[in-house]
Amino acid sequence: MGVGINVEHLNAWYGTTHTLQDINLNIPANHATALIGPSGCGKSTFVRCLNRMHETNPIARATGTVKMGDLDIYKDASPVEIRRRVGMVFQRPNPFPTMSIYDNVASGLKLNGFRNRAILDETVERSLKSAALWEEVKDDLKKKSGASLSGGQQQRMCIARALAVDPEVLLMDEPASALDPVSTSKIEDLIFQLKSQYTIVIVTHNMQQAARVAENTGFFLNGKMVEFDSTHKIFTNPKDKRTEDYITGRFG
Amino acid sequence: MATRIKFQQNLDDLKERLLIMAGMAEQAIQRSIEAYSTRDLSICEMVFQSEPLINRLEREIDQMALDLLAMEQPMAIDLRFILSVIRINADLERVGDQAVNIAVRVREMGAFANIDLPVDIPKLASLSSAMVRKALQAFIEADAELAHSVLLLDDQVDEMNDAAFYALSTLIKDKPELTPQSLNALIIARNLERVGDHATNIAEDVIFWVRGKDVRHRNSPVP
Repeated sequence: MGVGINVEHLNAWYGTTHTLQDINLNIPANHATALIGPSGCGKSTFVRCLNRMHETNPIARATGTVKMGDLDIYKDASPVEIRRRVGMVFQRPNPFPTMSIYDNVASGLKLNGFRNRAILDETVERSLKSAALWEEVKDDLKKKSGASLSGGQQQRMCIARALAVDPEVLLMDEPASALDPVSTSKIEDLIFQLKSQYTIVIVTHNMQQAARVAENTGFFLNGKMVEFDSTHKIFTNPKDKRTEDYITGRFG
Repeated sequence: MATRIKFQQNLDDLKERLLIMAGMAEQAIQRSIEAYSTRDLSICEMVFQSEPLINRLEREIDQMALDLLAMEQPMAIDLRFILSVIRINADLERVGDQAVNIAVRVREMGAFANIDLPVDIPKLASLSSAMVRKALQAFIEADAELAHSVLLLDDQVDEMNDAAFYALSTLIKDKPELTPQSLNALIIARNLERVGDHATNIAEDVIFWVRGKDVRHRNSPVP
């Protein structure tokens, strides 16, 4: 099951650039939360702070508190443990090109030391089913490479790979921006189904997508979170003029 | 830097079109009351002729709004604006229908003697027309305060309509020979009360557009 995420006074820097400024936010468990905002506003940096990926860049640093359930991810856990609990899906599918579909999905488990074939088989099947890809690939699991799939299938395979390690949180950074409308629709359907089991945070430039999939939406601008509210409220009657200007396209 | 210039122009065009529709609906009501006051059937004819034009405009505006919803995926205040335009459009078309109904009654009354009736139709018309004008002014200026003031006028129109109903039904009882004139005047009063209701709806839509607050049916009793 998903866990709630509590963020307090989160600040992040790239070198001397203060990319996230005092972010405070409660992301509810088992809901999809969308983050919107113009390029460079800090939304991707924010999600990268939720799995400690931000600090993999040598010039980057972050301060503040991020709690997943009761776990303070910057104090009580290693980055490796965090990444097991927090899956991430990127803008472009990133399959391991030389690996089969099976090995792509199982890679996270294997990295975590799982070797039991029966458990691996079961997990791969369950993950691919959860990612709505099983029926399309079940006969070619070990024959075809992950890179041989279509872009939409690759992205669902990457989602399966993220789900295989049984995370509590799924971060998605523009997961459908490189996909055609049919594949996008499948990813959105998937988000709808997955949120009963996982807490989902999705960064998107597509505001209709945010409106379709997320219960709550946060608007970022210049490293600050301007407004966080129910998606319904944000897209029909936002409180802040800057939010309204952005979502109505009056920004500039 | 301005953005979505074409969309903004389309919104302006939609507003402009709705104001043309509003002008025609208002004129139809004024003409129907002028016809009542003068019993001039040629004015009734003008009201009848305006109806298909109003109907055509209603369809055009709906189509423009539908295109914008489909092509531009409007959000927030733009979405509320288009939704309000669609609703106001329907109310204006109904105002035009009320004008036609009044003109039909005036034409019927022409077959009977023009007598003094215990109802001030022009005054009722003036109040309900003022509500429409005020609601449209609120729409033009995106003024929720002005729109709110329209809501307060509706009770006055309702009271005048109730008084007309009482006076005319009493007259029908007392002087049955005046039933045709009384009945027609009673229906005209009812039509004007409906015009006030449409003005109220328009004002509520302006408040929804400007403030994002749905103030409809606030005082409706729970069944």
